[in-house]
Amino acid sequence: MLTEKERDEIGRELANYGEGGRKRAACVEALKIVQRYRGWISDESLRDIAGVLKMTPEELDGVATFYNLIFRRQVGRHVILICTTISCWVMGYEEILNHLQERLGIQLGETTVDGRFTLLPVPCLGACDGAPAIMIDDTLYTDVSQAMIDNVLSNYSEGQR
Amino acid sequence: MDRPLTGDMRPDGRPLSIEEYEEKGGYQAARKALRGMAPKEVQDLVKNANLRGRGGAGFNTGQKWSFVPLGDEAPRPKYLIANADEMEPGTFKDRMLMEGNPHQLIEGMIISAYAIQADISYIFLRWAYKVAASRLEEALAEAYSSHYLGENIFGSGYSLEMHLHTSAGRYICGEETALLNALEGKRATPRAKPPFPQVSGLWGKPTVVNNPETLCNIPHIINNGAEWYKGLGRSQEGGTKIYGVSGRVKYPGLWELPIGTTMREIIEEHAGGMKEGYRFRSVIPGGASTEFLTEEHLDVKMDFDSVQKAGSRLGTGTMIVIDDRTCPVGAVHNIEQFFAQESCGWCTPCREGLPWVAKTLHAIENGQGEPGDLEILQQHTDLLWLNKTFCALAPGAMEPLKSALKIFRDDFVRHIVEKRCPWK
Repeated sequence: MLTEKERDEIGRELANYGEGGRKRAACVEALKIVQRYRGWISDESLRDIAGVLKMTPEELDGVATFYNLIFRRQVGRHVILICTTISCWVMGYEEILNHLQERLGIQLGETTVDGRFTLLPVPCLGACDGAPAIMIDDTLYTDVSQAMIDNVLSNYSEGQR
Repeated sequence: MDRPLTGDMRPDGRPLSIEEYEEKGGYQAARKALRGMAPKEVQDLVKNANLRGRGGAGFNTGQKWSFVPLGDEAPRPKYLIANADEMEPGTFKDRMLMEGNPHQLIEGMIISAYAIQADISYIFLRWAYKVAASRLEEALAEAYSSHYLGENIFGSGYSLEMHLHTSAGRYICGEETALLNALEGKRATPRAKPPFPQVSGLWGKPTVVNNPETLCNIPHIINNGAEWYKGLGRSQEGGTKIYGVSGRVKYPGLWELPIGTTMREIIEEHAGGMKEGYRFRSVIPGGASTEFLTEEHLDVKMDFDSVQKAGSRLGTGTMIVIDDRTCPVGAVHNIEQFFAQESCGWCTPCREGLPWVAKTLHAIENGQGEPGDLEILQQHTDLLWLNKTFCALAPGAMEPLKSALKIFRDDFVRHIVEKRCPWK
C-alpha cells in the first residue's frame, strides 16, 4: 500500500502533465518518489503505482526496467554510484573501484552483508572536470582518491546516517 | 572580451536570485520580446544571428523554430523543451549554466516559447544534476511568483507554463524523439523522423527541443541584436561557446570563449597544458561520439565548420584529452562499452553490433585479439553508419572507432601481435 505522503506527491506530479490519458507521463516520477521512501521498487509497490496511474503492472515494469536509476531489486541503505566512463577511466577510476570493492568486500552490483552499501557502475556523472567521480545517495564527490574514500565512507557508518 | 553567458555569474558558482538577475538586466529581453516583437520577428532575429544548436548538431536555431505551425489554425497545445539531459560522456557544460544562473535559462525559454507560441514548456534534466534540480525548482517558483510564468506574462496576453522533469538515467534520453517518449512516461526509444517534432512531437503536438546553452543565448541576442552576436565569434559563426577540457591537463574545467577559438589555446592556455609527466597524444573534441584528432589539428578553430573540415565534429565542445600514458585501445574500448550498454535495443544493428564491437575491443586490449579483428571492426564502422540504424546513437559510436582505427593503427596491431597491452 502506498502511504498518503507518496500518494500526495504523485498527485502533485500528475498536475504537471495535463488531463486525460496522460497520467502515465508521471510514472517515472512516481517510481522515483516511492523509491525515495523505500529504497527500491518491489512488485507490490509496482502494482500499487500502476493502479494509481491506470497502467497495467506489465506496462509500468517495462518502463521501470528501462531506466537504470529505478531499482527493481533491493539495494542497501546507501547506494554508491561509480562513474566508469571515459574521462573517469583516463583519470584512473579502476584504482578507486578496486579500493571500494576491497573495503566493502563486494563486487559491482552487490550489496554488503550488513545491508549498508550497494555498489553500482554508472555511465558518466557529468562531473568530468572532477574525475574520478562517485555519487553516494544524492551527494557527488569529485577528484576522488583512496584516502578520500576511507574518509567519506566513515561518514556513512552505522548510527550517523 | 564579452562573456554574455557567464560574465554575470558569481566566481564561487552560487546561483543568482531573481533580484540579482534583474539587477544585472535580467528579464528585460523577455519584456522586450513579449511586449514589442511579433513571434516571427523573434525567429528571424535569432536566425540572422546564426545561433547554431549547442547540443552538438549545430542546426540554425531560428530555422529550427520556423518549422512550427503558427497562427490560429495551429494544433494546440504546443511545447518547448529544454534538453538538459547532457549525458554525452565528457560533457558538463549545461550543468554549470543551470547551477550558476538558472534564471538565464528560464528567460531564454520564455522568449523561445513565445517565438513558437508554445503553451507549455519542460526542462528535461539529467538525473545526476541534483544541485541544478533544486536551484531550477527554486528559480521556477520565483519566476512564477513574479508572474514571469503563468497567465498574461508582462501584460502581453501571452501565457506559459513551465515544469521541471528529472530523468532516471539512460543516454538515449538525449536523442530528441527518445526524450519525447521519456517525457510521456514510456521507454525512451527513438521515434521515426519524419514527422519531425516541430510538426508532431510531444503527444503528437508541435514541439521544439533545444539545448540549454542554446536557450541561454537567446536573451542576449534579443537585447543586443544579430550583428553584435555575430561579432562575438572568431570565425564565420556567431557568439561564444562554453568549451570544456577533461583528462590529464593541469586545470580541467569550462571557459566561455569566442566561438572559433583554437583547440591549442583552449588546451594550452585555459586548461594549462598537460600535467607534469604526461604528453598530449590526441583529443576527442566534442564528447565521446566525435572522431579523435591529433597534434596536427591543434590549430583548428573550434567551430562547427572548421572541426568538421578537420574530420571530426564540434559536438558539445567539451574535449577529452588522451595522454601518452593512456592506452588508446583501452580508451576506445571504454567508449564502445558505454555505447553498447546505452543502446536502447530497439533496432538490431545497434543492439547486436555494438556489443560485438565492444567484445572485440576487449579481447584486443586483453591480449586475445586475432588477425582479422581489425577488419571486423572496420566493417562495423560501415554497417552501423548513418541510415543503417534507427537513430544516431550507433553512428555516433562509430565516429571515435573509425578515427581510432586510422590514427592508432600501429597500437592496435601491437596489441594483437604482442598479445598484450603495451601500456599495462
